[in-house]
Amino acid sequence: MSQATTTATSTPERRRSRPSHRRTPVGTYVGLGALFLVVLFPVYYGIIGSLMGVADTNAFPPALWPTHGLHPGNYGDALRIIPLGNQYLNSIAQTALITAGQVVTSALAAYAFVFLDLRWRGLWFGLFLSTMMIPYESIIIPNYLFVSSAGLKDTVAALALPFLATGFGTFLLRQAFLAFPTELRDAARVDGAGHLRFLRSILLPLSRPTLAALGIYSALSAWNMYFWPLLVTTKAEHQTIQIGIGQLQSSDGDNPGMVLAGVVLALLPTLLLVIFGQRFIVRGLTAGAVK
Amino acid sequence: MTTTVSPARAEQAPPAAAPKRRRSSSGLALLFLLPALIVFGLFVFWPLVRSVVLSFQGTDIIGRPGAFVGTANYERLLSDPGFVKVLGVTLAVVPSILLALVVALMLQSRIRAVRFFRTAFALPFAFSVATASVVFQVLYNPASGVLNGLLSHVGVGPVHWLTDPDIALFSVAGATVWMQLGYNLLVLSAGLGALPEEVIEAARLDGATGLRLQRSIVLPLITPQLFFLVVTGTIHSLQSFGQIRILTAGGPEGNTTTLVYSIYEQAFAYNNSNFGYASAQALVLLLIVLVITAVQFGILERKVFYR
Repeated sequence: MSQATTTATSTPERRRSRPSHRRTPVGTYVGLGALFLVVLFPVYYGIIGSLMGVADTNAFPPALWPTHGLHPGNYGDALRIIPLGNQYLNSIAQTALITAGQVVTSALAAYAFVFLDLRWRGLWFGLFLSTMMIPYESIIIPNYLFVSSAGLKDTVAALALPFLATGFGTFLLRQAFLAFPTELRDAARVDGAGHLRFLRSILLPLSRPTLAALGIYSALSAWNMYFWPLLVTTKAEHQTIQIGIGQLQSSDGDNPGMVLAGVVLALLPTLLLVIFGQRFIVRGLTAGAVK
Repeated sequence: MTTTVSPARAEQAPPAAAPKRRRSSSGLALLFLLPALIVFGLFVFWPLVRSVVLSFQGTDIIGRPGAFVGTANYERLLSDPGFVKVLGVTLAVVPSILLALVVALMLQSRIRAVRFFRTAFALPFAFSVATASVVFQVLYNPASGVLNGLLSHVGVGPVHWLTDPDIALFSVAGATVWMQLGYNLLVLSAGLGALPEEVIEAARLDGATGLRLQRSIVLPLITPQLFFLVVTGTIHSLQSFGQIRILTAGGPEGNTTTLVYSIYEQAFAYNNSNFGYASAQALVLLLIVLVITAVQFGILERKVFYR
């Protein structure tokens, strides 16, 4: 952020000093506006379409905005056709368990990697990182066989268990812990704080931005999961909302508004996360990209 | 989602452990690692071993892994003419990155309401594969979809986006371009935002402007991000599943049956329970991903410009 001040002071001067290079932003606005329309159209139509009746959506060419009044009843219809309410709760439970689990296991592991004496530290850490290189789909069959033979199909446990630990989260928190001033740790130690107490009441509160990044990232990926929930749930009332909206289409493809209402319901939490938590998302996502 | 992280960075950090410590305290560290290790053991490493074993097995009629069949599953896979479709949706990667790059560069210039635009363009990131696919399914609908509705104004007849064998894969890829856009944009914007102001300034003073400035100065500086996106995007696309299941179910004529969709089809769809053959495919996927990751770490990363 310190760059912002230098930019602010140098900008007007730069523009003035070379008038021939002053860029008219008109082209940029036009290009940006055009891309805006194209890129954001599915977002717009997903939301507006969820309020449109069949007179609009099934006409040809279909209306681009409601011309026959709004139909909020689409939402009620979506909730009636499949147990979206149940599925919503399943998604919430799955997301909460996975997010909490990942934060806890990553925090404990990262603490060990940074603050505790550990033989073959590099080897252990490499083992954690290696889990990130294994695409989930390549081990999904044995996981399915295991969960199904353990009788866990159609349970929240099946939805969450395989994802309670993450190499990425451990890596992220380790980076944050490494930046922690050693003096503070020593001071806490002198004051008699044990490992768990130090972790919980000092380290984690001070690592809040990274925790938020990890939490949001975990929640987003858990909420949006598709393949695994599709496999381990069979009955509609045990499925997650992501599976539900896929089903919505096949159960009533003749009313796109109702299908899109389901989409909006499934989308709402993540949409809010992306709008209000973007700062943290960027931090989490770019942990691997920015040197 | 697989996130790839350079191990080089992991080593940069100084070892935090103080040298004067008792050896025996290693046990405590292991205790802290234990919860994660249990999960990894049960749901990553043990399944990995089982996948390998399964891939050399046949499957009996009720879906139990059966007799050892040697490399038969692999031979069948490699001789399958459809095997080339493995790469399928990866054709979405480059267009998605280029589009994100254009938007990110535009958002770097001094425009009004930049925060609004930045948030708006990141919105596709909120969509799950399922939500995005269902929206695109509505848009692609040949009879009442908006796409054909718009095309009808310019006299183009109804396009069967998802059922025409020549078009379906591109339709799926188009939806995938959109799904990956938000992520690509966030990464590139972060990269551009972190560029050293002095370098840009110096280039400007030397007379570099507009496209030339972008091409000769800005682009080389964000090659790490571009490279990262190509690698993660390729891996991510190889794992595409939801959009194929929702939009085309692998059709028409198997034209959108990518590796991961084929794993699903062989092992889980229509009670096929063909776990052995599907496991061979799963391991081929793993191998491809590992090779891409190795290429990232080993060869190309050295050629990418780093500050």
